[in-house]
Amino acid sequence: MDLSFDLLGNALVSGLLLGGFYAAVTIGVSISFGMLDIVNIAHPAFIVLGSYGAWELNERWGIDPILGSLVLMPAFYALGAGIYQIYHLAFERRGDQSLRGLAFFFGILFITEVVLILVFGVDYRLVQAPYIGATLHFGVIEVPLRLLVPCLVSLFLIGLMQILLSRTFVGRAVMAVAQDAGALRLMAADPVRIKRIAFGLSIATASVAGAVLIVIQPVEPSVSRDYIGRVFAICVMGGLGSFPGTIIAAMIVGIVESLTATFYGPSWAPAVAFGFLLATLAVRPAGIFGRS
Amino acid sequence: MRGGWFLGCAIAVAALCYAAARLVGNNYVFFAGYVVLQYVVLATAWNILGGYTGYVNFGVAGFFGLGAYTTVALVKLAPVPIPVLILAGGVVSGVVGLGMGYLTLRLRGAFFSIATLAMAIVLQTLMVNWEFVGGSGGAYVVRPAKVLGIDYMQYLFLVMLALTVFAVAVARGIERSRLGRGFAAIRDDEVAAEASGVPTLRLKLLATVLSGALMGMAGAPLPYYVTFLEPASAFNLSYAVNSIAMPLIGGTANWVGPVIGAVLLGTLQQVATVTISSALNLLIVGVLLVGFVVAAPNGLIGLLGVRTPRSRRWRVLAWLRP
Repeated sequence: MDLSFDLLGNALVSGLLLGGFYAAVTIGVSISFGMLDIVNIAHPAFIVLGSYGAWELNERWGIDPILGSLVLMPAFYALGAGIYQIYHLAFERRGDQSLRGLAFFFGILFITEVVLILVFGVDYRLVQAPYIGATLHFGVIEVPLRLLVPCLVSLFLIGLMQILLSRTFVGRAVMAVAQDAGALRLMAADPVRIKRIAFGLSIATASVAGAVLIVIQPVEPSVSRDYIGRVFAICVMGGLGSFPGTIIAAMIVGIVESLTATFYGPSWAPAVAFGFLLATLAVRPAGIFGRS
Repeated sequence: MRGGWFLGCAIAVAALCYAAARLVGNNYVFFAGYVVLQYVVLATAWNILGGYTGYVNFGVAGFFGLGAYTTVALVKLAPVPIPVLILAGGVVSGVVGLGMGYLTLRLRGAFFSIATLAMAIVLQTLMVNWEFVGGSGGAYVVRPAKVLGIDYMQYLFLVMLALTVFAVAVARGIERSRLGRGFAAIRDDEVAAEASGVPTLRLKLLATVLSGALMGMAGAPLPYYVTFLEPASAFNLSYAVNSIAMPLIGGTANWVGPVIGAVLLGTLQQVATVTISSALNLLIVGVLLVGFVVAAPNGLIGLLGVRTPRSRRWRVLAWLRP
């Protein structure tokens, strides 16, 4: 058997790191789809928008991409709150989320991509940062910093969101609106306002996820498509709205993708997430860690 | 025989279209007309599932591209005539639709939509990796100069015209039948429909298969039209955006909406591609789609004040009536 253990070990480690990054990409969808029941299929497009935001700051003023994305978070929050307001007025209030609401987000996905193409062109963009290119060595295992830093940033982001949701008043209200919006109204809290805040937060995470994405790989406008299947597969597998579930599901997808890429070739990797998505939907739609 | 009367009219309109295109005497009319007709088929097909039952299919490009690649694969094996290729494309896409539907349609509609969107991307991956049909490099399909004594481009135009008549007749037939009332019952209130004895899963599967098969049929002649097919263009997301935008702009309630939407938007795009850039042209479609779903939920038909007088309860009851 010529299966080398170096190769296997390295594939496992990079899969684990990749999984951490996937968790950050998914966290926004876990909030919008998992908690608020808003099927935001445009989320990957906002992530790529975040990548271009980080790239612009990095290219123009040499700001670290991840630091830059934190600066851009309020702008993304405002964008998310604005989009939710339109969504609420046009679809949620009319009880017309399913058909036209979905088409609305699909249109947004497409518009974002075309605008990015018109503004930045279809060339791949890269960022400069000191941790891109360096590698740590542990025996035969290599840990590239451009995977390690994104993974740590992602886990930090998720931890932050978890604390925000479980410890603050607004956060608890978001959890409450996920369970029963009607009951929240009886407590004299406005579910629409709470949902607007939560959706704003979910889009704000796209800023950081986008910066992390452009650290890991060069980005062009249609990269978002590869992430649609992945993001929703992880979100559903993780049990819609559960953060620990999301992290574990992301790690599983990351590892399997990394093994597939190492042993069968990288062009097969996109099929992995889709396989997981279909299998989860067919066998256990509540997700591995979800309440059934 | 109101159905026969309608079919006669549709064929007469189609014949007029062809005669008018001949009169112009420029082959470009056939090139542009083919694309518009192809979108009429795609929009009508999408509306059978999306408009009638309310389930959103984002994988139009997947079904369409699958039809096109079925043609590429078959033509590599044997010289098959186009009508057979269309049938084959329809069967392959229909079977894939059945599989997808069976796995996801028992759940909430959102899961089906997400799965179809991911499916289009995975089918593209599959074709990129399948060397027999050209892989990522693409495949050439040689277009004969003439068939049955007419120019091949005109022949393709006629084939697409026939397919358009077929698709519209199928959509209209469904709408007026017991099947259509069942679909509408699902769209309006699935739980009430299920409770009233409407076999919802079976009807949803049927709608998915019919809609997917028509999309595959629309894609089957594509390799002959473009003569060079590669995965990125066959599975282009713009097919999905267009096929969703057209019914939503025209109106999803009946067969007229998608036809109006496709003819208007399709023609607009043909003009826009020539006069302004194609990226800007796609932006227009996206903005129109979002604008219409936000501001005019019933499409152009709704704006013109045409409304269907049937109430929800009537639809569920109508299913029970033999």
